[in-house]
Amino acid sequence: MKLMWFHLMPYTELPEDFRQKHPSVWVDIHSSLFDPKRAHHMYNDFMDELEYAADCGFDAICVNEHHSNGYGLMPSPNLIASALARRTTQVPICVMGNSLALYNPPTRVAEEFAMLDVISGGRLIAGFPVGTPMDTCFAYGQNPSMLRERYLEAHDLVLRAWTEKDTFAFNGRYNQQRYVNIWPRPVQQPHPPIWIPGGGSVETWQWCAQMDYVYCYLSYYGYKAGKATMDGFWAEMERLGKDRNPYRAGFAQVVAVAESRQQALDLYTGPAEYFFNRCLHIDPRFAAPAGYSTEATQRAGLESQVRKAANAQSLIQGDKTNRGMTMQDFVDRGYVVIGSPDEVLEQLNALADDLHVGHLMLLMQFGNMDKALTQYNTRIFAEQVMPRLRPRFAEWEDRWWPKPMAAAEQAALPAFSPKLAAE
Amino acid sequence: MSGPEVSTVDINGFPTRIWRKGSGAPLGFLAGFGGLPRWVPFLDRLAERRTVIVPSLPGFPGGDRGHTVLDTHLDWVLAVRQAIQAAGLHGADLAGSSVGASMAAEMAALWPESVRRLALIAPFGLYDEAEPPTDPWAQRGDAVPGLLCADPAAWTALKAMPEGANSIEWPIEQTRANEAAARIFWPLGNTRLEKRLPLVTAPTLLLWGSEDRVMPRSYAARIAARLGGPNETVLIEGAGHLAELDRPDKVADAILSWVG
Repeated sequence: MKLMWFHLMPYTELPEDFRQKHPSVWVDIHSSLFDPKRAHHMYNDFMDELEYAADCGFDAICVNEHHSNGYGLMPSPNLIASALARRTTQVPICVMGNSLALYNPPTRVAEEFAMLDVISGGRLIAGFPVGTPMDTCFAYGQNPSMLRERYLEAHDLVLRAWTEKDTFAFNGRYNQQRYVNIWPRPVQQPHPPIWIPGGGSVETWQWCAQMDYVYCYLSYYGYKAGKATMDGFWAEMERLGKDRNPYRAGFAQVVAVAESRQQALDLYTGPAEYFFNRCLHIDPRFAAPAGYSTEATQRAGLESQVRKAANAQSLIQGDKTNRGMTMQDFVDRGYVVIGSPDEVLEQLNALADDLHVGHLMLLMQFGNMDKALTQYNTRIFAEQVMPRLRPRFAEWEDRWWPKPMAAAEQAALPAFSPKLAAE
Repeated sequence: MSGPEVSTVDINGFPTRIWRKGSGAPLGFLAGFGGLPRWVPFLDRLAERRTVIVPSLPGFPGGDRGHTVLDTHLDWVLAVRQAIQAAGLHGADLAGSSVGASMAAEMAALWPESVRRLALIAPFGLYDEAEPPTDPWAQRGDAVPGLLCADPAAWTALKAMPEGANSIEWPIEQTRANEAAARIFWPLGNTRLEKRLPLVTAPTLLLWGSEDRVMPRSYAARIAARLGGPNETVLIEGAGHLAELDRPDKVADAILSWVG
């Protein structure tokens, strides 16, 4: 099992009464809440945390893209990934990812991801999300009626830009370019592994199966709530005649470890409540612009309660459900996997059994956790949980993992001395 | 209230509904935001004196998934032009509401001979930074009826699922109408119609609900100042954005007396 360390980069100083005084953490969150000088420290702490996770031996470090979002300060995850590529040497860097339809022309993504792959020596995992309605339709003004077609076309263009040897003209419905010829070209051939974060739509599962991409369900509501979706995914794989290789899938989970359960509750209750009650406070009016969900997905949602529509809708559904919820609820419902190392191991083994996912993306900084607590959580997990989880799924080959250049071929980076909180 | 005669024409490969009722000279109507999933009293008022003809717009109720092949504004105006011609409305009087009014104005601007007299109820297509229209897509479901109509019950009645309708396809059709509007007008509602208004030479009646919560009333004067032909503006007291749903009699009377 691959254990990947995922940072959302939340603004950590939203006010106590955020939920009461402000309509949404996303899209129209007020600029007065953002203090750039405080954010300077947040960014630098967050990048320290990602580098620390790499030093602790996590299988990958992950970043993602959000816009106008108080819980995700990475409009450009590529900027962060670029810095990480220079401050780490071996660890794969998972950019989860670039919302293809937002880039004009989309060859920008082919270029930047190729740059990251070259700078890092072939360590990039290329994530291609459609993007939430909040990011794409509202913050970025994309037409919800054309978003998916644009996304699929941009995907085709990026893939061709990575793989075609000669300059070519692209005559798409939404993109026309006379000369496509990106420099640089990716180290990984024919291209970096492609992972697709998505909600529970059958069409996405089918497309991942067809293209042989990893499907990632990045819910914040944990493995118990995620089971229905992952069951649907595996049923569809079976129907399509695909094997049950757990590395076809990824899943995100909030995890909080300490010496004992009580200590964990003492340490992490504040941050978890901050995350679920403030960070995920999203105005429902941004949930579902008409056209964002395909009619097939709407039909499936109307026909069956199990197949919830897009990620964003379940996100906001979650926000509604969470009103007034406390740590006890988050723990009971599996939103947060928490406890001593043994207890966390037991829950994550249950997650592995139930969801059958080979790529586990761990949210170990959540809410307003500071660097010291984040690094504590990260280290104790790395030392006492990770070694016992790694052997899971050893019988399967991960065909979707980066293939970096051999260490001997890689550039020697100049020495640097990261300032560790422990020092 | 008896229903209209229904026929179907092909627009870009999609079956497109045309309603027809009444007798006398033809009068076309292009529906507003949300489209017309059912016949409404306003159309009966018009049909008392004219042959009222209602072609559906692509993607709106009765327009199938016609919006999905329309990528540009040129695609849209050509599709609506085809619908107008297929409905036998070339050269006829034309009325429209909201998104449909925007298309009616485009027809009169681009093909001046195709429209005799024009009536526009709070058209989409303009954007004034000082007074932007309300975003009709970023809305909680329960806020929509009161946004589009002064009397929320008027919208609710329009959209209520009729007995015997397919409980899955009905809501999808209503969402599709909002998607089709988004496909033309996302994100600001601004198709730069303002630039083409001087080409509209047909005598034009502008109607505005006094309670319109989507399109600011100041847009009426803005449009009137730019129209290329004679025009009048009438405020419909007590009506919201879809004034024809709130005050069917008043709006129909105003249109009928304008087209003569």
